[in-house]
Amino acid sequence: MPCTVTMTVNGKTVSREVEERTLLVTFLRDHLSLTGTHVGCDTSQCGACVVHVDGRSVKSCTTLAVQANGASVTTIEGLAAADGTLHPMQAAFREHHGLQCGFCTPGMVMSAVDLVRNNPTPTEHDIRDGLEGNICRCTGYHNIVKAVQAGAEAMNSPSAKAAAE
Amino acid sequence: MANPNGVGASVRRLEDPRFLTGRGNYTDDFKRPNMTHLVHVRSPYPHALVKGIDASAALAAPGVVAVLTGADMEADKVGSLPCGWQIHSKDGSPMKEPGHFPLARGRVRYVGDAVAVVIAETKDQARDAAELVVVDYEELPAVTASTRAVTAEAPQVHDEAPGNLCYDWHLGDKAAVDAAFAQAAHVATIDLVNNRLVPNAMEPRAALGEYDPSNGEYTLTTTSQNPHVIRLLMGAFVLGIPEHKLRVVAPDVGGGFGSKIFHYGEEAVVTWAAKKIGRPVKWTADRSESFLTDAHGRDHVSHAEMAMDQDGHFLALRVSTLANLGAYLSTFAPSIPTYLYATLLAGQYKTPAIYAEVKAVFTNTAPVDAYRGAGRPEACYLIERLVDIAAGVAGLDRAEIRRRNFVPASAMPYQTPVALQYDSGDFAKNLDIALPLVDYDGFAARKAASKAKGKLRGIGFSTYIEACGIAPSNVAGALGARAGLYECAEVRFHPTGSVTVFTGSHSHGQGHETTFAQLVAERFGVPIENVEIVHGDTSKIPFGMGTYGSRSLAVGGSALVKAMDKVERKAKKIAAHMLEAAETDIEVKDGRFTVAGTDKSLGIGDIALQAYVPHNFPLDELEPGLDEQAFYDPKNFTYPNGCHVCEVEIDPETGVTQVVAFSAVDDFGNVINPLIVEGQVHGGIVQGIGQALLENCVYDDESGQLLTGSFMDYCMPRADDVPSFTVRYHEDQPCTHNPLGVKGCGEAGTIGASAATMNAVVDALSAFGVTHLDMPATPEKVWRAIQNATPALAAE
Repeated sequence: MPCTVTMTVNGKTVSREVEERTLLVTFLRDHLSLTGTHVGCDTSQCGACVVHVDGRSVKSCTTLAVQANGASVTTIEGLAAADGTLHPMQAAFREHHGLQCGFCTPGMVMSAVDLVRNNPTPTEHDIRDGLEGNICRCTGYHNIVKAVQAGAEAMNSPSAKAAAE
Repeated sequence: MANPNGVGASVRRLEDPRFLTGRGNYTDDFKRPNMTHLVHVRSPYPHALVKGIDASAALAAPGVVAVLTGADMEADKVGSLPCGWQIHSKDGSPMKEPGHFPLARGRVRYVGDAVAVVIAETKDQARDAAELVVVDYEELPAVTASTRAVTAEAPQVHDEAPGNLCYDWHLGDKAAVDAAFAQAAHVATIDLVNNRLVPNAMEPRAALGEYDPSNGEYTLTTTSQNPHVIRLLMGAFVLGIPEHKLRVVAPDVGGGFGSKIFHYGEEAVVTWAAKKIGRPVKWTADRSESFLTDAHGRDHVSHAEMAMDQDGHFLALRVSTLANLGAYLSTFAPSIPTYLYATLLAGQYKTPAIYAEVKAVFTNTAPVDAYRGAGRPEACYLIERLVDIAAGVAGLDRAEIRRRNFVPASAMPYQTPVALQYDSGDFAKNLDIALPLVDYDGFAARKAASKAKGKLRGIGFSTYIEACGIAPSNVAGALGARAGLYECAEVRFHPTGSVTVFTGSHSHGQGHETTFAQLVAERFGVPIENVEIVHGDTSKIPFGMGTYGSRSLAVGGSALVKAMDKVERKAKKIAAHMLEAAETDIEVKDGRFTVAGTDKSLGIGDIALQAYVPHNFPLDELEPGLDEQAFYDPKNFTYPNGCHVCEVEIDPETGVTQVVAFSAVDDFGNVINPLIVEGQVHGGIVQGIGQALLENCVYDDESGQLLTGSFMDYCMPRADDVPSFTVRYHEDQPCTHNPLGVKGCGEAGTIGASAATMNAVVDALSAFGVTHLDMPATPEKVWRAIQNATPALAAE
């Protein structure tokens, strides 16, 4: 039975008719052509599909689109400022070479942003613990940790805080 | 450094903005008008006859366009997936090379072997209908362990490979080794398993096939490390499509680690099916499917012995290895446990005589082929574990026995007894840098401090060497490669001075778009943002052998240098003409072409413009245009080497091993982008630690089922499993035979790390009489080793 889901995605209201079993990640990738959110596994382990639903990081491969009905969803495509300026976390990943093949990157960045929002000054241990649900096969995590530390500092700067509000 | 974005600069990657904003283009991101979705019906049995396939229910399901089988492919004369490397056995006979069809023909040989495909309007519809395909299987006995595959009573995977033997190969001087063992004062021995791994690039494999009936052209978009190789193999051997009618595109690829080198059946299936149904066909693997069908890595069982004199000098090495190749020969499978393994058994040591025997067998498991390091981690692990045992036997410190046996820098170039000639390297220097870096002298105090809190501490070395930049085509050919392994580059200056580089190398995370652009910026002084690197499309790039074996910079980068040389020669001619000077009087520096001794000069941008808008070129001598192509074939392999040191702490109550420090000192020759090189090392180290402590691909030898078929069961390294690393490199020993002096850094971390980690684990457990543990050193395995220790030692 098809059903209609309506949600705000990256600031725009969208409405589509989908099968009830449609996953949020399928909705984003196939119905909205927002292919920045990736699917890296089928057991909710890898975190490549992480998006924000009402400000909280969520694995969109294990969320039904209907569960996000009425919610506000932010994907990696919606993280940078409208003028294209990278979010401080995106910029920090580039500066510290926190990505290689780029496939885990959208989920990793979205998780990192949520981690810092909940814990503005994370230690290395906090970061490693907090990103345990995101698998990266390329970087060995070393530079991801550095990037998240730097991204956290940048997110805490007064200008970044002002921009976030 | 003249150019801030030139050689040696940690330029921030040019490809990053698209990845960071979700604008990468991976194969599964592509949509085509009228596109269909394909799902495979795969064998749930490790070995069975396929007696019949009933697709009637599936064909009647909503949205289903077609159900196709091996019989359909056979009727269309689709060929077998070819193997790219031929090995000959000791007796001179060629390896056994059974057919390997994209869809099985009457018999399946591993869990996941493809039997049929369902094509439907949506992926969900294809999935649903695939459940409705009824396959009549007659189960056959199966074998998954190589050690059982060689026994007399083992089930036979292929009728044409008696005893499941693909080949029985050897390398080295057996008589010299036997003679040296007869003289030995000490002999160290080891039996070890190099555990089977699943590469697990984060992007699952995917393929999109298209056919245009208006011109008869096929396009395959695929997750490949080498699209030209796929075009050659699939076009010429499998589907019979001439190359001018077949375009293969490997767009952004989410990691490869070797597993995306090979030509897989799914690529042929979607390309063939696109024409058959007259619509684009896309297949994307689920992770479970990746576990079952991506080529796996490693899976060796070995026995090795080292003969030494009284002082611990190595006299001879004898190795016997059983290698599991899986159910069929993947593209490069036969070369991995032979010419990429046994040729590296000299390691960094001047062992005068070496003899290795390798038996390679078929089993009812997924094919096994190159995985990051490919043969060289297996060689390094074997040697470095054996050297630690040798240190114990000879009563020497583990650093000292290595130093005592290193090939000295003064001996370079050094001919090993196993075919390779090392061109450069200073192994003692690596160790000299590493020992103070890790505070080796302070280890005893750290061990005591650990003991005081109830923990066991160990330190382990791995002084590794590898052969990269595969390969000189003539050598590769002599060793059985069915193609030369050169690389191609084209440098095209545009009229307004921007540059497009077309390279046959392929980036799937390595950062070619930055590193290669740095080479152009350095050479011609052009702003790096005016340089675009194009890779991964057979319709744009003249040819390419692709990226694997840490070859991109050493071979592809060298091809780029050669093409830039040609551009410079042409530009010099143009400059001479424009400046009305003799060509011999033109001096070139940082992209400026100056008449010697004058202030008359032109920049490369001026020359590029004139090259495309000439009015008075002497056309007999000077053609318009500034676009040059070069092929580079290396003279030798390159030999990255280094010293990795791992320090672990083990909780004897739980068996949990924690890597508390890991340091790598590497010699990669010259370094173009330190930031990228260090990133490659970090990632490699974690794959090595992963093999040592976490990862293990397990088949149940009774049922033939893959027990570790998901991220729930196969332990991938996560952020909280590893520490941050100390990474150093030196550039004192550049490669002597390529124009960049580079050696390659992509695999080094993985090659060195597993041995260093296991040497540290065994060192920590040595107080319990443990001399060896097979990987991975899981908490259970470590805990049991402690529990099984001799009571006297355990009580200590």
